[in-house]
Amino acid sequence: MNMTHAMNQPHHDFNEWEGFSQGNWNQSVDVRDFILRNYTPYEGDAAFLCGATARTQQIWARVLDLMKQENAKEGPLDFDPNTPSSITSHRPGYIDKDNELIVGLQTDAPLKRAIMPLGGLNMVKRSCEVYGKALNPHVEEIFGQFRKTHNQGVFDVYTQDIFVCRKAGIITGLPDAYGRGRIIGDYRRVALYGIDWLIATKIQEKAGLNPGDIDSPAIRLLEELSDQIRALAQMKEMAAEYGYDLSKPARNAHEAVQWTYFAYLASVKSQNGAAMSLGRVSTFLDIFIERDLQKGLLTEEAAQELIDDLVIKLRMIRFLRTPEYDALFSGDPAWVTEALAGMTEDGKPLVTKTSFRMLHTLYNLGPSPEPNLTVLWSTHLPTPFKQFCAQVSIDTSSIQYENDDLMRPYWGDDYSIACCVSAMRTGKQMQFFGARCNLAKGLLYAINGGRDEVSGVQVGPQMEVMQDEVLDYDRVMERYDFYLNWVAATYIKALNIIHYMHDRYCYESALMALHDRDILRTMACGIAGLSIVADSLSAIKYARVRPIRNDEGIVVDYQTDGDFPTFGNNDPRVDDIATGLVTKFMNCLRQHRTYRGATPTQSVLTITSNVVYGKATGTTPDGRQTGEPFAPGANPMHGRDTKGALASLLSVAKLPYEDAQDGISYTLSIVPSALGKDAPSKVNNLVALLDGYFTATGQHINVNVLNRDTLLDAMEHPEQYPQLTIRVSGYAVNFVKLTREQQQDIITRTFHGHM
Amino acid sequence: MKEPDFCSLPSRSTDARHMLGRVHSFETFGTLDGPGTRFVLFLQGCMFRCQYCHNRDTWPMDEGKLYSVEEVVNEILPYTPFFDSSKGGVTVTGGEPLLQRQFLCVLFKILHFHGIHTCLDTSGHLPSSAYGEDLDKLMSHTRLVLLDIKQMDPRRHQTLTGGTLAPTLEFARYLHRIDKPTWIRYVVVPGLTDDLNDIRALAEFLAPLSNIEKVELLPYHSLGEHKWRAYGERSPLEGTPAPLQETLTEIQNMLQAYGLPTTR
Repeated sequence: MNMTHAMNQPHHDFNEWEGFSQGNWNQSVDVRDFILRNYTPYEGDAAFLCGATARTQQIWARVLDLMKQENAKEGPLDFDPNTPSSITSHRPGYIDKDNELIVGLQTDAPLKRAIMPLGGLNMVKRSCEVYGKALNPHVEEIFGQFRKTHNQGVFDVYTQDIFVCRKAGIITGLPDAYGRGRIIGDYRRVALYGIDWLIATKIQEKAGLNPGDIDSPAIRLLEELSDQIRALAQMKEMAAEYGYDLSKPARNAHEAVQWTYFAYLASVKSQNGAAMSLGRVSTFLDIFIERDLQKGLLTEEAAQELIDDLVIKLRMIRFLRTPEYDALFSGDPAWVTEALAGMTEDGKPLVTKTSFRMLHTLYNLGPSPEPNLTVLWSTHLPTPFKQFCAQVSIDTSSIQYENDDLMRPYWGDDYSIACCVSAMRTGKQMQFFGARCNLAKGLLYAINGGRDEVSGVQVGPQMEVMQDEVLDYDRVMERYDFYLNWVAATYIKALNIIHYMHDRYCYESALMALHDRDILRTMACGIAGLSIVADSLSAIKYARVRPIRNDEGIVVDYQTDGDFPTFGNNDPRVDDIATGLVTKFMNCLRQHRTYRGATPTQSVLTITSNVVYGKATGTTPDGRQTGEPFAPGANPMHGRDTKGALASLLSVAKLPYEDAQDGISYTLSIVPSALGKDAPSKVNNLVALLDGYFTATGQHINVNVLNRDTLLDAMEHPEQYPQLTIRVSGYAVNFVKLTREQQQDIITRTFHGHM
Repeated sequence: MKEPDFCSLPSRSTDARHMLGRVHSFETFGTLDGPGTRFVLFLQGCMFRCQYCHNRDTWPMDEGKLYSVEEVVNEILPYTPFFDSSKGGVTVTGGEPLLQRQFLCVLFKILHFHGIHTCLDTSGHLPSSAYGEDLDKLMSHTRLVLLDIKQMDPRRHQTLTGGTLAPTLEFARYLHRIDKPTWIRYVVVPGLTDDLNDIRALAEFLAPLSNIEKVELLPYHSLGEHKWRAYGERSPLEGTPAPLQETLTEIQNMLQAYGLPTTR
């Protein structure tokens, strides 16, 4: 054992590390230790920032032009139906080879997409079909006959009850036909250690495993480690084609950005995941930039140029998906989430100049949904940084905020955000993405004894339809409890199947190679329709709700007499119902055994699918009509929060994070004049709003500062607003890429401020 | 004009916190009525009938909902972190809050005790009998007054608001006597309040008052029109445009020439 250990011990005295403070990070993979020992905190303001250079502007103009062509096609600019994508599948691609600072594209041409059949062949076939190219018959033959896909595996095993629930829309958005995503490689490792060191470490980890008894979990892990080592080697191969050698650590800032990006590129060439976060790279990269600035090797302008160029690349990440998928998620998001700022565990801000530089790309390149810039907010962050963030929100509506003071005790000070709101320790934790369960439909099942209110089909276990003339709160709750337990059981069953098959047929070796061997896994469940259920139960409790039945005896409508408190007004009578529901459903989930011992968690997050959920759900007792959209994420229903923005925020802040550790999403849309009279008061009030909300233990907030008129105009003249970005539940989208229904929903949604 | 005073203690209670007031509504994220982020309490009832009123629905004395001081305080306290961070606080407006002075006094006393910045937005229209110990006490718990002067010409004031000007000016002098920090608010309506002679009169009146921290010019807007329609009425100013930027600049310049810091 010791022999093996000594043999494979990676050496730890690279020249590339010259000038850095040494520590545990020199002995083993420990990026956090490297950051804490070497970063330069920045407490100043934004005055040092530089604009985009002529070179940057020229490259960006070229990309914007391609994006315009892509928008006009309402589909991919181009795609390759012949070559299943892998880390090394495509020859190098460039935007403008001589002028790019950071290189690397997913295929051999900008915005050209690739097929990734391991997730599922059907999705690939359908995409090729609708976008007018035939899938190469050999590919179809291989993945149809010789190599099973994730999707095939899942559908081989799904049980009848899962099929029925899936069809009825009580459990939806399951990653059973495509890549699950939501895994974040620690891409920084490649820049800090170089590939050879990482391979040596993996070999060592594998050797250290050598279990006495071989059982299937042990076999699986050994095989995975081998896959990871192969993926690392392929990263080197890919970079070599671009003329770079990733064997060793990055020598300077340029290489640090390039190495980190290559590692990320390997992940998006090998996985078409539902969300492909970048992680938390800004303060890490700042250390390399700072070293070069000190040595006089770099100017501020050149430092900004590197970050601008990286962000241009990140804005170009594309996946081939079906129009149905795009409609659900509004365009084709990649969720290249980058987490900024936050505090160290011993209370120092992790804000560096590169935190500013990253945000500044929104000025240099204009607003954009990607990368999904996420500020980890602490009330203790330096005031000039807070003010800069608020200003960026007011100017671009492109960033989201999450509560570092709330999450740090759970996840430490080096976590990243997967997708929109899900925190995980970088390189030490992964999640099994589980989409969400429609709690509002669940309530209707409780009333209708498991029959679907739209189709009339018996979906859940059969019970008599409630015969109450006026719905009795306790009786409804008793039945709801039963149906929540039933749906939780079915839900976890489906997720266990999905993730077993994904590990087996579509394993993320490139991403997992940039994780520790032994990691924490969460089973990330989710709920939709929280505010509808809370308001409905409030109506049943505080007003008189009479069910109205159709000819078949199914309750399809409600007549409500009397007032009832609604979620979003900081009113404990109904807020307690909402918080109780979150805890209740979480406890239902916790009762089940999960694949690979994953810890169950849940999110209150809908992304833009609140519109689709609404379509599939009948009239609810709160007065929402059949087909009407749900509120997004944890938001109160449109127009029911009557006491202004802060009351709404405080209601949402009460939702217990301990029972929703995968995140609780809130979207605030506000007209500029409602933030204050002049520019400094607007900034001041937005900072106060964020400080106050997070002090009250809110977890996440999207901030949109926009006039309703702007959005109405953009609906009519999309061509004039190619970069108009707005935040929706957990991420940002190009407004003009939304379906008309989603655009309408966003305009109807509560705009705070009377306009 | 008869002044109703509908603040009352419910029978059997002697606890001032149970004092009832008539509330129109709450706005938890007020950013336009006083410094910082403000919890704005709209009280119900007004004796003025301002033609440009954008809260027509706060006029009737018998509408709104009864709240005890304690209930209102409980609505406010959760927002203190927002006040702390923005140097904000609570603004009471209406309607005319001075119609409910007893209620207001207890409320401000408690907020004062909690260290919350208190601000009163009023037309200052009080009968002379109202001056005395009680008003002094209310003012001792009021950190800032937003005093709305509607017009400086008494006759036009009467037409515009349905009330007399003199009491408002009397209140302004009172605020000066007690040296209460005060912001003047003046709504600029084309043809009704933008005559430079009236502005000069305003400037001459305010210039000697050393407690005036600033003058806020509020350009007229028509966003309150739907509230008139809800009462089956039409706003008398329907169709009136917002004032021109040049007009606002002219007014601002004139006030500033008198040494009055003026914003718009």
